[in-house]
Amino acid sequence: MSMLKVTDLSVKYGVIPALRGISFEVNQGEVIALIGANGAGKTTTLHTITGLVEKAGGKVEFEGKDITKMPAHKIVEMGMAHVPEGRRVFPEMTVYQNLMLGAYTRKDAAEKQKSLQEVYGHFPRLKERAKQTAGTLSGGEQQMLAMGRALMSRPRIILMDEPSMGLSPIFVSEIFNIIEEVSKEGTTVLLVEQNAKKALSIADRAYVLETGRISLEGPAKDLLQNDEIRKAYLGE
Amino acid sequence: MISFLTSLINGLSLGSIYAIIAIGYTMVYGIAKMLNFAHGDVIMVGAYVAFSVITTLTLPTGVGILASIVGCMLLGMTIEKVAYKPLRHATSSLAVLITAIGVSYFLQNMALLIFGSNPKMFTSIVPFAWQRIQIGDFMIQTISVICIIVSIVLVALLQTFINKTRPGQAMLACAQDRGAASLMGISVDKTISLTFAIGSAMAGIAGVLLCSAYPTLSPYTGSMPGIKAFVAAVFGGIGSIPGAMIGGLLLGIIEILGKTYISSQLSDAIVFSVLIIVLLVKPTGLMGKVIQEKV
Repeated sequence: MSMLKVTDLSVKYGVIPALRGISFEVNQGEVIALIGANGAGKTTTLHTITGLVEKAGGKVEFEGKDITKMPAHKIVEMGMAHVPEGRRVFPEMTVYQNLMLGAYTRKDAAEKQKSLQEVYGHFPRLKERAKQTAGTLSGGEQQMLAMGRALMSRPRIILMDEPSMGLSPIFVSEIFNIIEEVSKEGTTVLLVEQNAKKALSIADRAYVLETGRISLEGPAKDLLQNDEIRKAYLGE
Repeated sequence: MISFLTSLINGLSLGSIYAIIAIGYTMVYGIAKMLNFAHGDVIMVGAYVAFSVITTLTLPTGVGILASIVGCMLLGMTIEKVAYKPLRHATSSLAVLITAIGVSYFLQNMALLIFGSNPKMFTSIVPFAWQRIQIGDFMIQTISVICIIVSIVLVALLQTFINKTRPGQAMLACAQDRGAASLMGISVDKTISLTFAIGSAMAGIAGVLLCSAYPTLSPYTGSMPGIKAFVAAVFGGIGSIPGAMIGGLLLGIIEILGKTYISSQLSDAIVFSVLIIVLLVKPTGLMGKVIQEKV
């Protein structure tokens, strides 16, 4: 059964269509990559799923429940976390406070501490900088914080938007390693990336977005071999 | 020297009231990203509530103060829900600003309709307000001390609430990034409503203090302190609670010292001149943050 099912989703910014009826599914345990050029609608897709952007039409179902009209703050509670583009950490709060806000919907203090230790396990650097304000972290560290913060809600699915954007190659590899770790621990991943090569290398399946439509889909391995993809997105 | 000290204490006392009002302004600005120009008039309503409960219904002072706080809290939340919330996603931020000015006039005219334009005199809110404390030649009124203490206690409580509690952290998160806050599971609507509740409750307290220290009450009582507190908030760096506190205190001191040593007619002009100078030198205000963006 699909964990996340998007059916005929459309979004308009004013009169300009951003998504023109896209449909896709994410199954339990998968890593799904959503790739495409700038302005194709990748970020809009994620924002629409988690309720940050209003839908013009279509349906979003999560674990069989219709969440199309659910406000953003309720969706987190259902087990879906979103690591937004540009990290969007709370710059004036400490790393620790940011992480605890990630667990905002959870009540059990002991369980929260357990999650905190797990996050510190993934990102030892965050533990070192727990008392530092998030605004003073480097871009890569902020990305780790944004991911750690999302994991603090103990999500069953995590939506990641351009986690590699603006990072040095070392950080990019580290971030992708952690995405694989998170996936191995059983969290389903929906990954939006401009770095198509990296994304396809860790994804099970992928969808290609082109000006608000899905133009291609298939197993990530096949897409890596696809001539069109290689020309358009892999720079070969 | 004695007269300087007395003026300083009086300035601190007036400044404490400005600070309490300014904090309401700055919190609402920081979290709801709007200037609530009706904030000053909430103070006036609070003072009328206290006045009516104490003088007309002849209930104890404590009940009057509590009624003022609760009344303002409800009023603030209602104003937000009815007048500002529908405009939250309006394309122009001017819409909500103009609505706030409209709410301000609405409250003034409602008060005019209910209580008339004659100023009410009262000295009874805090019973021992006008007793004097004398240390040698140095003499101050009890109310001055009360104002200062109340403001310090309120700021301490507020800082603890914001830094240590879950709703407080939600407020901070909303102030920094509303979208990201909602991704954490924070209800932005509820948080904004809570901010109005707290800011308006503080306006209620300010109303009681203001009318105890300066015992006349008219429908326009709130408007000048409201504007001065807005100046104090900008002066200290709008959005910053410590900034509002410092801005309020400085404004009060400047006003009273200006009145005592320069000219009582020019005191407001002096206050606003200082604001202009500060903003020319430091446009973000004393404690204002320059927002850094990192890629």
